[in-house]
Amino acid sequence: MTLLSVENITKRFGGLAALEEVSLSVQAGEIYGLIGPNGAGKTTLFNCMTGLYTATSGVVRLEDVEVQALKPHQIVKRGFARTFQNIRLFANMSALENVMVGRHARTHASVIGAVLRCRKTRAEEAGIRERAQELLRYVGLANKSRSLASHLSYGDQRRLEIARALATEPRLLALDEPVAGMNPNERGRMGELFRKLREGGVTLLLIEHDVKLVMGLCDRVAVLDYGRKIAEGRAEEVRNDPAVIAAYLGGEA
Amino acid sequence: MNRVLEPLRARPLLAFALLAALLAALPFLVGAGLGNSWVRVLDFALLYVLLAIGLNIVVGYAGLLDLGYIAFYALGAYLYAWLASPHFGLHLPFWAVLPIGAAFAGLFGVLLGAPTLRLRGDYLAIVTLGFGEIIRIFMNNLNAPFNLTNGPQGMNLIDPVKLGGLSFGKTLHFHGLTLPSTYLYYYLFLAFTLLAMFVALRLRDSRIGRAWAAIREDEIAAAAMGINTRDMKLLAFAMGATFGGLAGGLFAAFQGFISPESFTLWESILVLCMIVLGGMGNIPGVILGAVLLTVIPEALRYIGDLQRATLGHVVVDPSDLRMLLFGTALVAMMLFRPAGLLPSRQRKREFAAEDGVAAQEQSSLYDTKA
Repeated sequence: MTLLSVENITKRFGGLAALEEVSLSVQAGEIYGLIGPNGAGKTTLFNCMTGLYTATSGVVRLEDVEVQALKPHQIVKRGFARTFQNIRLFANMSALENVMVGRHARTHASVIGAVLRCRKTRAEEAGIRERAQELLRYVGLANKSRSLASHLSYGDQRRLEIARALATEPRLLALDEPVAGMNPNERGRMGELFRKLREGGVTLLLIEHDVKLVMGLCDRVAVLDYGRKIAEGRAEEVRNDPAVIAAYLGGEA
Repeated sequence: MNRVLEPLRARPLLAFALLAALLAALPFLVGAGLGNSWVRVLDFALLYVLLAIGLNIVVGYAGLLDLGYIAFYALGAYLYAWLASPHFGLHLPFWAVLPIGAAFAGLFGVLLGAPTLRLRGDYLAIVTLGFGEIIRIFMNNLNAPFNLTNGPQGMNLIDPVKLGGLSFGKTLHFHGLTLPSTYLYYYLFLAFTLLAMFVALRLRDSRIGRAWAAIREDEIAAAAMGINTRDMKLLAFAMGATFGGLAGGLFAAFQGFISPESFTLWESILVLCMIVLGGMGNIPGVILGAVLLTVIPEALRYIGDLQRATLGHVVVDPSDLRMLLFGTALVAMMLFRPAGLLPSRQRKREFAAEDGVAAQEQSSLYDTKA
C-alpha cells in the first residue's frame, strides 16, 4: 500500500529551481532512503512534504489525501512527523517536557479544561506524562528525562528528537540526517532503533549521507542530484547505477 | 531569612493561613501606619499586578513582545464608562459590564493578533506599539462628529462598583468597623488578582502552556509537533487582552473618571518593565515587579518633603529622581540579574551564560535564534 506519494514536485526560489519534477512513493512498512550530494534538494523536499514550504507545483499525497496545501500541524495530525537536520529541540525544556509537547496533536484540553482541571484534563495530563516517559525509555533516554535538552549529548539529542516526533503518533516518520556526526558505534545503535521502529509499525523515510548505513538499512532508495531524481530502486541496484556514481564521484556518466 | 521560611515550607497550610491573614489585614495596617492615601496606592498596585499577569501571558509565556498592551486596559475602561455612566445614560450593573468589557478587549486582542501573526520580535513590537497609540488617539478624537469618548476631557461620573446593596464608592460601617471605599476596592481587586493568578498558573502548567512555551522556544519545531501556532498565538493575545480589559473596567469604576491621558505609551512600557524586572514568565516575580514599580515611585515623593525640611527648598524634583532611579534599577538588573528578580526556572536557563566547549558546540547546533 502506498503511504506517501510525491508527484512532480517543483520548488523554485526565485530563479533557482531547488527541486524539479521530483516524484517518489513510499510503501507502508518500508524504510525508504533519500540520498544525494550536498545541496541536491533533499531537505527542501522534506520541507515541501511536511508543509514548511509550499511547493511551486506538484502534489503530495498521504494515503490518497492531498496534503501539499496543508499547514505543518495539520500534516502532523494526519500521521506524518519529522525531525530536523539541525536539531530543533526546545533547548530550555527538559527531555520529558520536549516529548510532552509532542503529545499536543493527540490531546484536547482547552483553556477551560486547563483552568478548571477537571477529571478529564487530569487524566489526559497523566496520560501525556506516562506516554512521554514510555517514549523516552523506548529510545533509550529513560534516565535522562529530567535533563535539559541542551545539556544532552549530541547523539542523545538526536534520540530525543525522534522520541518527540514519535509522541505525535506518526504512521510515517521522516528523519533528516539522523546519524550525522555520529561515530560508527552510535550509528549502529541508531540503525537498531530504526529497525525497531519499523517493527513497531512506523514507516521511515530518511535522508542520509552514510551510504553504508543506507544500503544496509533501506528497502528502497531514491537519489537526488541538482533537484532532480536521478535514480530510484533497491539499494544494490542504485549503488551500481552509473548516474549515481557520477553524481557522487563526479565525471561523465 | 531561611530560618523564618523553612518551618513555613514544611507547613504549607500554616504559611497559607499567615499569608491570607496578612493580605486581609494589609489595608488596615497600611491605613493606620501610612494613611489612607497609601491604601489607594495599594489598590493601584493590585490593578498593575492584574495588568502584569495579563501581559505576562503574551510576553512571558508565548514570547510575543507587546508594546501596546495598555490599549486593552483603555478598551476595558472605556467600555465600562459607556455602559455605566451618565454619558449615554446607561447604568448597567458591574457584574454585567465587567465581563462584557473583558470580552470586548479580548476580541480586540484577536483583531490585533491576526495581522501580526507572521511578525516576530522587533517587528511585532513596532506594530503593537502603533496599535496602542491608535487606540489612545481614537479615544482622544472621537468626540466629533458623534461624541463617543468625550475627547481629551475624558468621561466623568462613572458608576462605582455596586454589589447588592453595597456600594464600593462609599464608606461602609459594619459592626463597628469602618471601611472606606479604598479598603473595599482593595478586597475586590485582591479577589480578581487571585483569580487571575490562579488562571495564569493553571494555564502555564497545561497542554496550552506547554504549547506557548514551545512556540517561544522554536516556532517551526512547535508547528512540526502539531501545534497550531496561529491559534495558540491568537489565544495568548486574547487571554492577555481579556485580563487587560478586566483591569480597565475595575480602574474606571474605581477612579470614576477616565481620560486618554491614563493610557499612554509610558503605561505600556511601565507594565512591561514590571514583568521584566520581576522575572518574565514567573507569576511571583511578575507580582513583585508590579508592586515594586507602583510603590517605589510613591515612596519617592517623600524625598521632596525631606529636601524641604533639611535644605529649605527642593533641589532635585522627586519625579525626575523617579526616572533616574528607574533607569538605574533596570540597568543594574540587566547586569546582575538579567532574568529578573524572581525568574522562572525556564527563563533562568534561557538567560544563563553557557560555558564550556561542549555547551558552546551544542548551542551552535540550534538555529532557534534564526
